[in-house]
Amino acid sequence: MPLDIHAIRAEFPALAKRVNGEPLVYLDNAATTQVPQSVLNAMREFEEGGRANVHRSMHMLAERASVAYEDARRTVQKFLNAAYPHEIIFTKNCTEGVNLVARSLGETMQEGDTVLLSYLEHHSNIVPWLQLKERKGITVEWMEVDGAGHIDLEHYGKLLSEEKVKLVAITGQSNVLGARPPLEAMIRDAHAHGARVLVDGAQLAAHHQIDVRKLDCDFLTFSGHKVYGPTGIGVLYGKREILETMPPFLGGGMMIHEVNEDGFSAGDIPEKFEAGTPPITQAIGMGAAMEWLEQFPWENIEAHEQALLAQALQALTRLDGITIFGPVDPIERSACISFTLEGIHPHDFTETLGKRGICLRAGHHCAQPLHRKLGLTATVRLSLGIYNTREELHVAAWEQAIAALRGL
Amino acid sequence: MDVFAENILDHFRHPKNKGRLAKATVEHEEANHACGDALTMYLQLENGRILDIKWEGTGCAISQAAISLLSEKLMGMHANTAAQLRKQDILDMLGIPVSTRRMRCALLCLHTLKNALHVAGGEETQSWLSTVEIGEE
Repeated sequence: MPLDIHAIRAEFPALAKRVNGEPLVYLDNAATTQVPQSVLNAMREFEEGGRANVHRSMHMLAERASVAYEDARRTVQKFLNAAYPHEIIFTKNCTEGVNLVARSLGETMQEGDTVLLSYLEHHSNIVPWLQLKERKGITVEWMEVDGAGHIDLEHYGKLLSEEKVKLVAITGQSNVLGARPPLEAMIRDAHAHGARVLVDGAQLAAHHQIDVRKLDCDFLTFSGHKVYGPTGIGVLYGKREILETMPPFLGGGMMIHEVNEDGFSAGDIPEKFEAGTPPITQAIGMGAAMEWLEQFPWENIEAHEQALLAQALQALTRLDGITIFGPVDPIERSACISFTLEGIHPHDFTETLGKRGICLRAGHHCAQPLHRKLGLTATVRLSLGIYNTREELHVAAWEQAIAALRGL
Repeated sequence: MDVFAENILDHFRHPKNKGRLAKATVEHEEANHACGDALTMYLQLENGRILDIKWEGTGCAISQAAISLLSEKLMGMHANTAAQLRKQDILDMLGIPVSTRRMRCALLCLHTLKNALHVAGGEETQSWLSTVEIGEE
């Protein structure tokens, strides 16, 4: 049975808002999604029911908080099909997940070791590695991509054979082009050359099923707020045997086994990587978001979003002076479309549509190396979520904005 | 559809004083890293006056119209007077409401001007907070 989009929309309070009298058309889901009522309720119930810190005090509220927090961890474990709950580390967001690996695993790297990146990466999966390069003198190499966002796999193989690659850090889905690298094959190749693989799942997680055991990735990170959950919470998945040998990240409470005047010993995973009071309410919200999303079969989500994407591509192609970037075949593309309009700056276009309640993003989308490669400074991005409808993709208002901005 | 005021769009489509200045006393570039807009300003200074000004750059309607309008205003102005220009002067000049997220688009011209004058005076360039009273957000 296909998704009942109108019933789904009714669960999102924000989608009922109007902007300057016009209905909200939210097409900026790659930046952040809206939140369903069940997620808001879960967080509110925890707070109103008497909150407490986790794993510390012995009273009833503390027990309740600890159970809810660990339940959320198990929900995420199930969502990713991870083997153990302690392979799930709660972070602030996807970015912190990448930084954790760069800081911790990065400590074990040295000059001459190479981290491989692709041109599809978001700054959050670039800058932590450039920082590691500055700190430890490692080498950062870039896999080539073509204009459609295909990774040059021959070049990838060459880099794996010729460089001392310790880690491949690759996105599961481009936040600009919507292209999805062939993760399974790339991970297999990396492992054959003794390299580990970190997948940036920020854009992937809301749109396609992630099975970390099938992928066999060593690390995978994503954010709560891009999968219909709250901000301030993210997840780092890591294989148990690797996490156990990694040094801790931040120091503080909870992450220790024992502390004395001269030193400390680190606790076990996942606590080793969760120093300080974690975002408990947000973790509970994230668990609720995973449960909310999992009630829908993935093939239905994919079919719905793919149909919208095909419709949007068809409508956009007709706009005067448009250049669309990324895969031509909608099958190869997921959830987002970036484009430019001749003679119109993306900020002017999105501000004009924004006044009519149509939310798009403009800019370099935190992917400057990719934009430079495509010879661009800024693009307009339309990105879809589960609750978008065919009616929201009517481009009459877009055509009016273009005409007005061109002075026609 | 209400987009922007007509004079803003007019300056965007037909910018004034756009180009390079061969005899420039100072040439200075600034960028709005949030959106990739960049502006290079060429000033010919003589006896403390801005004798000529040209600029090159790419950007949105607000940033392009702002530098176009400002360049007309600066022609012949005392450099000291120009250095005293403030955020509100640019907003008054534009005459349209500028939202927080577009503030840097509007003020890139003034930020570039202030730093061009600093460079001309052999001084260090300054942050957005110092030049146009907004943060680096």
